[in-house]
Amino acid sequence: MLELHAITAGYDRRAPVVRDASLTVTPGEAVGLLGPSGCGKSTLARVAALLHRPASGTVVLDGTSVRHYRHRAPRAQRTAVGVVFQQPRLSADPRLRLSDLIAEPLRATGRRASAPARVAELADTVGLTPDLLTRRPHEVSDGQLQRACLARALVLRPRWLICDEMTAMLDASTTAALVRVVEDYRTATGAGLLAVGHDQTLLDRWCDRTVHWDTVTSAARKTPA
Amino acid sequence: MTERPPAPVPAPAETGAVTAPPPAPAAGAAKTEPAKTEAAKTEAAKTGAAKTGAAMTEAAKTEAAKTEAVKAGPATALPAPPAGAGAAGRAPVLSVRGLSVRFLLPGGRRIAAVTDAHFDVAPGECLALIGESGCGKSVLASALLGLLPANAQTAGSAHLGDLDLLTAGERTLARTVRGRRIGLIPQSPAAHLTPVRTIRSQTEETVAQLTGERNRSALRTAAEQAARRAEFPLDHLDRHPHELSGGLAQRAATALALIGDAPLLLADEPTTGLDRDLVDRTVDELRRHVDADRALLIITHDLAAAERVADRVAVMYAGRIVELSEADAFFGAPGPRHPYSRGLLEALPDRSFTPIPGLPPELGDLPDGCAFAPRCDRATGLCATLPPVTGPVACHHPVPAPARTPEDVRA
Ligand code: SF4
Repeated sequence: MLELHAITAGYDRRAPVVRDASLTVTPGEAVGLLGPSGCGKSTLARVAALLHRPASGTVVLDGTSVRHYRHRAPRAQRTAVGVVFQQPRLSADPRLRLSDLIAEPLRATGRRASAPARVAELADTVGLTPDLLTRRPHEVSDGQLQRACLARALVLRPRWLICDEMTAMLDASTTAALVRVVEDYRTATGAGLLAVGHDQTLLDRWCDRTVHWDTVTSAARKTPA
Repeated sequence: MTERPPAPVPAPAETGAVTAPPPAPAAGAAKTEPAKTEAAKTEAAKTGAAKTGAAMTEAAKTEAAKTEAVKAGPATALPAPPAGAGAAGRAPVLSVRGLSVRFLLPGGRRIAAVTDAHFDVAPGECLALIGESGCGKSVLASALLGLLPANAQTAGSAHLGDLDLLTAGERTLARTVRGRRIGLIPQSPAAHLTPVRTIRSQTEETVAQLTGERNRSALRTAAEQAARRAEFPLDHLDRHPHELSGGLAQRAATALALIGDAPLLLADEPTTGLDRDLVDRTVDELRRHVDADRALLIITHDLAAAERVADRVAVMYAGRIVELSEADAFFGAPGPRHPYSRGLLEALPDRSFTPIPGLPPELGDLPDGCAFAPRCDRATGLCATLPPVTGPVACHHPVPAPARTPEDVRA
């Protein structure tokens, strides 16, 4: 399970953007989190991806409480979660070729040897051609770069996927293609998904259930965890 | 990347290309036949009401009617435009013919960003240019604004009244076109607004620039008027951009775009990153300006936004406009006729949510035939040749059109 209990988080302690939010994703489940922009849902997604330490509240990942975030999180927890953000250009190192971008988590976890085979396999999965893999981010379109970012998120075979507005910048066909990649991966591995977005039609079609930001935060207020 | 034998840069003129409507009878011709004017206006009002999801206000109608009267004023009798020409058979504000843009890269590589685009936009009409990122639609916008980088070559023409935007000098474009004859509604208002100054001071400055007004109280009044037109709340004028919500920042940018009273508005991905209800509000506001007789060219990958705002839709694939259709027919029945357009629409989450297989081709390495062929389930051997562009669809095997009445037939 991926459990978020009474999370309060933000960048300014006096004005947290997330107050008292609780949400649970069971193994293999796809949950859509729907909310307007600026509501704090992206911050909550970063907490769930272990990239942002909450001011209070707890994250429990497969039964183990998370005590450390970002690079200080233990490897077993860090590698259990894959994350894709809205803007691929902000999350991709502009100096890396797409193949290196996808392999980055493998290198970071000392699995360099498996990189070529794994990258080739994933490139095929997300629909990137060998030619595109040799290019750097500024030489590909947003859609192609986002395909690479999704491949990077899957490279360590995470049990949980966090997709924060993954398709907000993309056209309808690329959106459908990336969602299909995520769903094929989940079917094959039983991974759980938290998809954060503002498009109800998309989340309803994609996920097992869609929860509204208001209920995530107010339900927590009524029944503190 | 393989280099193709260099194509002549002025792409061969393909007459009768994907252009609907056909050119109006005479440049600057105002529609004069009273009955037709009335009918067209009512039609426009109806469309407007339907598009904005709310009845068009009486005030807006009067406003539109007034504009209409002024526009039609001194015109002499001219033959009625051919049936089905343009939004209301009016002379287009913007008329693009055979527009091509090539980027020359070091090493002799050529990127065919836009190839042989033909379209018109009439007053009181919104044309949505849709397609995936990298298909050339933003390059087309830059070409119209004279904002292409130095390594770009253009061919064809893009007439804004008598002025060809493609050959006009930077001085003309800067002084008389951008802001004055074309109002630009930017992709990211946050980047367009100056962060350290209030909306009021930026609005007043734009008024001063565009009108030459120097009187402080006149500037203040004009700035407030501009804000009102874009429904920007006056009590927020003294705020800085970062103190505004995304929606209000977008309205502030729209207010600036409207100051020059430009007959053509160009909106480049105006809804990227906005929530659905903010998208709806933004395009509804754009629609209001169309209903007040402006022409709007909106460039977007957001099909729902396009459906909400547009009268006509132009679909771009690999640098070419492959289909140009009435929005109602495109999004409703009978639906798009080009296989790519069909695929794009079917990919929507409220339709079949099925992606088009494969990837779009590289603009530096386009095939000689139809660029969609490797992804197309209707492709045949014929598709290795460039599809003729004689109708509203550039395709050898378009999805058959249902039987139509003669007035419905385009081009
Ligand atoms: S020309 Fe041929 S390949 Fe191209 S879209 Fe039409 S049917 Fe498909």
